[in-house]
Amino acid sequence: MNGLTIILSLLVIASALGAVALRNLVHCALCLMGVFLGLAAIYLCLDAQFVGLVQILVYVGAVGILLVFAILLTRGGGAELSPFFSPSWAIGAGAAALLALIMVAAILKTDSLPAPDAGGAELPTLAQIGKRLMQEDVIVLEAMGLLLTAAAVGAIVLAMPEPPPKKEEEA
Amino acid sequence: MTSLQGFLVLSALLFCVGLGAVLTRRNVILALIGVELMLNAANLNFIAFARLGPHPNAMEGWMFVVFSIAVAAAEAAVGLALVIAIYRRLRTAHLDQMDSLKG
Repeated sequence: MNGLTIILSLLVIASALGAVALRNLVHCALCLMGVFLGLAAIYLCLDAQFVGLVQILVYVGAVGILLVFAILLTRGGGAELSPFFSPSWAIGAGAAALLALIMVAAILKTDSLPAPDAGGAELPTLAQIGKRLMQEDVIVLEAMGLLLTAAAVGAIVLAMPEPPPKKEEEA
Repeated sequence: MTSLQGFLVLSALLFCVGLGAVLTRRNVILALIGVELMLNAANLNFIAFARLGPHPNAMEGWMFVVFSIAVAAAEAAVGLALVIAIYRRLRTAHLDQMDSLKG
């Protein structure tokens, strides 16, 4: 990791903490977009241009806007009813922190991680990724299109206001 | 600490922040934000292993991330539509109050 990725990582972690800990939901959504943008920058640093751009398009563009719409349509969901620091909060946060400790310790201690290549291998280009999507993975691509269509139609059906009940059905 | 370990640690921390949000926050939208954070942590792992592993010219890791992002987008769309539908019916976005099986 060079200096740039370390700075980006700190930015991502700080934004993630803001996204889950702030009281105002709109601020949370903005922090979440910071996380997505920071991760996209990290992907670009890792030479994954296509994934970085897809991340910006899909997460920052689509998921972020969807989240903001949902927050505004539910009017922030009202204030949090329970006090912020409750026993259940301590248990949940403690479990997450414990898992973080265990995972970080395991990652730092393990010696079974694959060794990086010598650096001579050629990275896949954007054109190769496009060819792969259209040739070898074309069935997966089609299935993904079907899934996204179904999800979009399903989301519209779910969020559609229910029609008022008809008189003759009630009788 | 190698570069790969650095990214794995970042991903682990991101995952645990998301897990903490799902476990502690009582607002549905914040729980969904936590799920998104965990999904992003998994994607970061794929990219880190694909780029810094022994075969950086293989494309499998990147393909996985592209499809995983597409599935995450579908999940977010349906999840948020459900949140809106439940809010319209119960007038709440609070997980503790969504406790009835029959509208």
